[in-house]
Amino acid sequence: MPPPRAGLFVTCLVDLMRPSVGFAAARLIEASGCTVVVPERQTCCGQPAYNSGDRDTARSIALQTVRAFADCDYVVVPSGSCAAMLKVHYPRLVAGDELESEVRTFASKVHELCTFLADVRRYTNVPGRYEGRVTYHDACSGLRELGVKSAPRRLLGNVPGLELAEMREAEACCGFGGLFAEKYAGISNAIVTRKADDATASGASLMLAGDLGCLMNIAGKLTREGRQLTCRHVAEVLAGELSDPPIGHGKVASP
Amino acid sequence: MTPTTSEFPANATRALTDSRLQSALAKLPGGLVAQRRAAVASLPEFEAMRNEATAIRDATLSNLAFHLETFEAKAIAMGSHVHWAADAAVACRIVTSICRTAGARLVVKGKSMVTEEIGLNPHLEREGLNVVETDLGEYIIQQRGEAPSHIIAPAIHLTEADVEADFRRYHDHLANDRPLGSSDSLVAEARAVLREKFLAADVGITGANFLVAETGSSIIVTNEGNGDLTQILPRVHIVVATIDKVVPTLSDAMTLLRVLARSATGQDMTAYTTFATGPRRASDLDGPDECHIVIVDNGRTEMLASEMRAALRCIRCGACMNNCPVYNAIGGHAYGWVYPGPIGAVLTPALLGIAETHHLPHASTFCGSCESVCPVKIPLVSLMRSWRERAHDRGLQSVTSRAVASCWSYTARHPALYHLIARFAVAIGGSLGRAKGRFRKLPFARGWLKHRDLPAPQGRTFQQLWKETERGVPR
Repeated sequence: MPPPRAGLFVTCLVDLMRPSVGFAAARLIEASGCTVVVPERQTCCGQPAYNSGDRDTARSIALQTVRAFADCDYVVVPSGSCAAMLKVHYPRLVAGDELESEVRTFASKVHELCTFLADVRRYTNVPGRYEGRVTYHDACSGLRELGVKSAPRRLLGNVPGLELAEMREAEACCGFGGLFAEKYAGISNAIVTRKADDATASGASLMLAGDLGCLMNIAGKLTREGRQLTCRHVAEVLAGELSDPPIGHGKVASP
Repeated sequence: MTPTTSEFPANATRALTDSRLQSALAKLPGGLVAQRRAAVASLPEFEAMRNEATAIRDATLSNLAFHLETFEAKAIAMGSHVHWAADAAVACRIVTSICRTAGARLVVKGKSMVTEEIGLNPHLEREGLNVVETDLGEYIIQQRGEAPSHIIAPAIHLTEADVEADFRRYHDHLANDRPLGSSDSLVAEARAVLREKFLAADVGITGANFLVAETGSSIIVTNEGNGDLTQILPRVHIVVATIDKVVPTLSDAMTLLRVLARSATGQDMTAYTTFATGPRRASDLDGPDECHIVIVDNGRTEMLASEMRAALRCIRCGACMNNCPVYNAIGGHAYGWVYPGPIGAVLTPALLGIAETHHLPHASTFCGSCESVCPVKIPLVSLMRSWRERAHDRGLQSVTSRAVASCWSYTARHPALYHLIARFAVAIGGSLGRAKGRFRKLPFARGWLKHRDLPAPQGRTFQQLWKETERGVPR
């Protein structure tokens, strides 16, 4: 039997900002025994439109995505937030119309990366190794809409050398919220300040999460304040792809 | 009160820099949030109770007229007068006329959100009545001329030091050397003052946590006992409640009370849970001579027929705001009207219109924390999103953000164009930002960059790199 075809939904942030996360995800999915394909007709999951009240645009993007992945056995997403959009919200966008069953079939194939590896593929023997103490931020949508909680921790538990130090209120929002962080920047700042404090207080040298939006927000706060704690997507550590500098850090050593 | 919902951004900025407010808000996580969490953790059937509570509220709302009429008939049979008020103005007129007929001069009040909503106090004061709030938090903010900043803890924005200063200012009988440094001494002082008011009052006004159709009773929960004194001592008791407060049976009320107290304060039961059923009977030791129940619609029927119906399940526990990162950052006053936090972001547009209130449903990260603690499982995020949809359809966002959104929308629906633009943008961003890996200043994203850096892109898009590789392995 040929290996299952797993379509990687890259997410717009990984595509634009940090392709290394996409390669780490692809490597992990392949290691779990799947063939990875990356459909070209994918862009963004549509959340910026959906959460701005533009349901029509969100619906068109949803259908574009559903069709782009039609020939895949799985759709794997290195983001809890985008995965929840595809899995939970796409069916709501077509509820009651003739496309509903097509979209529901698609949604049933969608998985957040860590839960896909640990629960669907039962693959936990990841290639990464990391010497040091890390902390993990539970990004909101993945946690509350998809129940992503134990899978990343089980996977990290199999990374030799890695010590997981839980931060206080790991499940608290980081204040990103998409356009919220720009439109209500002051409120967002108050929220991310608390998250940066809690993550720093964990004593870890590296903070991981499964969502690049949250990571860019927290990393941006940490670098602005000149803190030592750095941030990476959990896939980078799991895949052992650490050659790129941490998020918000350059090739040259930061001051 | 005059809403300032349209000035939400300025209100929020003020709140963020108000150090006294911030020190009061800092107590929330270790207080109400931790208390609820402990109560829920110690009750394995809490989740089942939430489901049951949700089902009770839904079933009641789908047959609301029947339950209201049952309540009315039973309440009248128990000797109460029932009044129906379509809106705030009618409700205020009814209460005034009851007070006038009773020849009232002094009115004491128990804590009630609906009377804040309909602006009852200023109305009664304009009619020449002396109105005294008797819930400690409400009493404090009444002296300050403020609105509540939380639906169950109206003075949560204040510290003990603030209250001491207010008491020294407003209680002119206080000796300068009278110690007021502890919450106990503040409570004792308020109690002494309020005791006189209870004894002298002609009318007592309370809200209702629930109206029980089966018995014609109103239920209030308090931790101070002020509600009992308000409804027992004066000659006339007036209950003001909205139409969504009705529950079919006492048994239903018990289920709701169990989730209410735990969700609100983490208590198994509030210190006082008081049932009032009509005026004093011949065999009763005390109680009012008259009992009036004013049932207020004020926009609820319209909500009932709309996608906002689920918001009417709310039992006003406050858990959504306690657990909201936005509420924790700015407190309740910034929301600009009576109901703050996530439930306020849903109710306020329904009651005041979306045009003046569109900031409220937008000022959320959609983290879903509110939904995860709501005892009646109101889909607060979905409801806020529905308001965003209505705001979008009415073009309430700024011209710039609409223009940016429509460019993005077009591009995101045309993958080839999207990938082309992405490659250029990322190449420029990468070459400018590669050295440091982040930006401190840019001609856009000013809000973001005011407080934090923007990580720079790595320089090429994933799609671009993937195409140049064989199954993800760089050539």
